[in-house]
Amino acid sequence: MDASVPRDDSLVTMTDLTREFSSGGSLMKPRRTMRAVNNVSLDVPRGNVTGVVGESGCGKSTLARLVLRLLEATEGTVFFDGKNLATQSQAEMRKLRRQMQMVFQDPYSAIDPRYTIRRALLEPFQVQGEAKTAAEAKTTVEELISMVGLSTRMMDSFPHQLSGGQKQRVGIARALALRPSFLVLDEPTASLDVSIQAQIIDLLEALKEELGLTYLFISHDLSLVRYFCDRVVVMYLGRVVEILSGAETQPRHHYAHALLESNFEPDPTRRKIVTMLGGEIPSPFAKIPGCAFAARCPAASDMCKRERPPLSNLGDGQMVACHNPMD
Amino acid sequence: MALLSVQGISVAIGALCPLEGVTFDIDKGEILGLVGESGSGKSLTAMCVMGLLPRIGGTITKGSIAFDGRELIGLPEIELRRLRGKRIALISQNPMTSLDPIIRIGAQIDQVSILHLGLSATTAKARSLDLIAQLRIPEPEAIHRAYPHQLSGGMKQRIIIAMALAADPDLIVADEPTTALDVTIQAQIIQIMVELVRDRGLALMLITHDMGVVAQACDRVVVLYAGRVAEMNGIGEIFAEPKHPYTRELIRCIPRLGQEPGSLKGIPGVVPSIVDYPDGCRFNPRCSNAQALCRDEAPALEPKSSGLAACHFSEV
Repeated sequence: MDASVPRDDSLVTMTDLTREFSSGGSLMKPRRTMRAVNNVSLDVPRGNVTGVVGESGCGKSTLARLVLRLLEATEGTVFFDGKNLATQSQAEMRKLRRQMQMVFQDPYSAIDPRYTIRRALLEPFQVQGEAKTAAEAKTTVEELISMVGLSTRMMDSFPHQLSGGQKQRVGIARALALRPSFLVLDEPTASLDVSIQAQIIDLLEALKEELGLTYLFISHDLSLVRYFCDRVVVMYLGRVVEILSGAETQPRHHYAHALLESNFEPDPTRRKIVTMLGGEIPSPFAKIPGCAFAARCPAASDMCKRERPPLSNLGDGQMVACHNPMD
Repeated sequence: MALLSVQGISVAIGALCPLEGVTFDIDKGEILGLVGESGSGKSLTAMCVMGLLPRIGGTITKGSIAFDGRELIGLPEIELRRLRGKRIALISQNPMTSLDPIIRIGAQIDQVSILHLGLSATTAKARSLDLIAQLRIPEPEAIHRAYPHQLSGGMKQRIIIAMALAADPDLIVADEPTTALDVTIQAQIIQIMVELVRDRGLALMLITHDMGVVAQACDRVVVLYAGRVAEMNGIGEIFAEPKHPYTRELIRCIPRLGQEPGSLKGIPGVVPSIVDYPDGCRFNPRCSNAQALCRDEAPALEPKSSGLAACHFSEV
C-alpha cells in the first residue's frame, strides 16, 4: 500500500508509524528497547468506524495515543485532514485538538472527582480559552448532557454519584463539547456491564450519524468490533497483521483466525473446539526479523522466520501480512 | 440427591441484604453457570458455598446449603477447613494475587496434597508434576521450580487450577476464572476446565458475566439480578426460550456474528444499587413489559414450562 501521500477520502493517515520505549539502562543492566508500535501504516476513512483489535500488549492503546499526538512517534507521520501533526506548533496543535478528541477506557479516573458534571463539561472551553456567559454555559451544558441521554438534573452531581455507564456518557459528552470531527474511543465499554455496554454502543452509533463523526475504535472484544466497525484492523505485537473489511469477511491470517475462533458465540448450539495456540506471545523486547506470529503459527515456514511479510492487498479492502495465508 | 443444594439463602451484611432467597443445586459431573452483572451477588454466593462469608462480616440469615447431604451452615470452622480445598475447591478471579509471590510454584501445589491427602513430599511432587502436565503446561519440572512472577497470567491461572485439583475435590467453585485473561487464553482455559470436569466427573460452579462463556461451557444456568434469582434453566432453554425478560434482554446485549448495524440496544436504565433496590420485581424499572403488579409485589421463583423463573408475566 502506498500510504505516503494522504488520500482525500481519509481523515487520518498514518505512515510507517513506530514508537519505541526503552527501559533499564542502569549500571548493571544494558538499556533495552521495545517497539510498542512497529511500522504501522493505516487510513481512517471519513465517516467510517475503523476498529483496532488485539490482545494486551499488541500496541493498540499506544497507537491511539500516537494518532492524537498525545505521544510523540519515534518514526513515521500522522496526517490529520492533510496536516502533518509532527510539524504543528503547540498553539497550532491546541487548535487542531478541537477536532480530535478521545474517550477513555476508565470513566472513573477520566473525570476529576472534585468537579461537578457541569464544570467537567465546561473544562474543554476553558482549556481552549473560550469565554462563555453564564447563560451560554448553561445552554451548552444542557445540550451536551441531553445529547448523551442523561437528565439535566445531573448537572450538579459529582462523578461518585453516577454509575459507570452514566460516567462514560459524561466522558463522551465532554469529548463532543468542542464539536470534533474525529473521536478515538479507547476501550470505551471495557469496564461496563454488558447491558450498559450495549447502551453506550447504541449511543455512539446514533451520535456518529447525527454529527457525521469519524471513529477509531480500540478494543479487545472481537465480536463487538465486528459488529460496530466498517473495517477491522488486527494487531499482534505492535504490527498490523490483517485488515478485514465488513463484518463477515473470513480472516486469512492465522492469528486473526485464532482470535476469531477464541470468541465464544452466545449460542450453545454453536460450541467450538478450540485449537490450542502453542507457546506464548513473545517478549516485546525480542527482535524478531520475520513474522511476529511465526513461533506460534501452525503454517510457519523458514521464510516466515526470516522475512517479515508485507501487508498485501487481497482485494475488497482486505489486507493480510502473511507468507502462507489461509484459504 | 444433588451434590450441592442451596435452598433459599439470604445474606445480611450490616443493614444491607445483598442476597435474597437464592436457590440452586449442582449434580456430579455437571457445569452450572451463575451469571449476572456487577452487584448481582455472584461472588457472594460463591463465598456462602465456601463458608467464607464471616470473613467479610456477613451472615446467612435464612436458608440452607447442603453439600453431599451435610448442612454447611453452622458447621464449625475446623470442619469447614477439612472440606475447603479438599472436597470443595475455589478458583478465584485474579491469578496475579492468588499465588504467594515468594514461594516456588511447585511448593504451593505440593502443599495442597501434603495437607489434605497426607502425601509425602516426594509423592506430592510427582502428583503436582502430573497435574501440571495435564494442564498442558510445557516443561513441568521447570515450572515446578519457578516463581510466580516468571509466569504469564494464563500460566498462573493454570497453576491455580492445578492447585484446585490437587486434593481431588468433588466440587470446584470458579469465580470469573478467565475475566482477567486475553481471549485466546480464555478459550484455552475454558476448554481445559470443561475437559477436566468431564473426565473426572467433577461438579463445577462457573461464575461469569460472559454469556459467550456460558453458552460454550455450561449444562444449566442460574441468572442472578440484584441479589435474587431471576431464572434457572437448562442451557438450551435459556438461550432458545428464556423465561425471564432480563435473561432475554441480557442475551440480546451481545453482538452476534453478522448482526444488523443499529440493532444492538442494551437494556435501558441502570443496574440498581443495593442501597435503593426498587420495590416489587427489582427488574421492573428496566422491563418493557412491567405492570402495576410488578411494582407492588416481588414475584416468586416458580416452575414454568421449563426451569424456574421469577416473573409475574413470563410468556411461557
